Amino acid sequence: MTAFLLAVVVGGGVAGDLLKAHAMRRQGAPQSTAGVAMLRSLAAAFANGWFLASLAAYSASFVGFLALLSFRDVSFVVPATALGYAAETLLARVVLSERVGPRRWAGAGLVIAGVCLIA
Amino acid sequence: MQSKTRLFLAVVIVSNAVGNVVLGYGMRGIGDISSYSPAALALSAVRSLGNPWVLLGTALLALFFAAHTLLLSWVDLSYVLLVTSLGYVLVAVLGAAFLGEQISMARWAGILLISAGVSLVGATAPSSSGGGA
Repeated sequence: MTAFLLAVVVGGGVAGDLLKAHAMRRQGAPQSTAGVAMLRSLAAAFANGWFLASLAAYSASFVGFLALLSFRDVSFVVPATALGYAAETLLARVVLSERVGPRRWAGAGLVIAGVCLIA
Repeated sequence: MQSKTRLFLAVVIVSNAVGNVVLGYGMRGIGDISSYSPAALALSAVRSLGNPWVLLGTALLALFFAAHTLLLSWVDLSYVLLVTSLGYVLVAVLGAAFLGEQISMARWAGILLISAGVSLVGATAPSSSGGGA
């Protein structure tokens, strides 16, 4: 049960980020830096199926987190969080076709090691 | 890096870190949640809305979500994800400064590794498609 909920928490968060990034890339950057353009861009996201799917994934992650809290101390979640960083970077490269060069990979390695130590 | 990208990254990092700290502080004032039944959770949620710290924390997390969403329309997810891990460093520093928390050697090492990692990632092009940033 713990492993399943952990997978929901981390997987939901990673899936939510990937779906939201895909939604916003399709939609494109706001027309200008004016506040109105920013708000219009946010409002438009709610008409975007990918964005709505990301909200569902985030919600699943949050519910999983609450369920996990109800019977486990959450400190053990941390290594899974670090694993989420690795998976999300890899999936951004594979699924979203982002350019992740040696320098960004090296940075990712340092960040993941650091998150393990700090959190 | 464009100043717009820099500004949004700063808002994402600070509003998320400070929002979580403030929300946690407010929720501790609400008291322990004794039961995780949906009704008990709903009651706690309603009660917590009367706490100004909870409201401020929630507002900051809403700001985080809006800025994070907009940022992803022109910056790579792999860039945003890794650079915003600076939030861990900020939380550790805020905890030490305001809550008197100790920073152990392991945490200092973590702070160092994350900072080094973020400076490496920060030196890469924020957008693969080259648009906007």
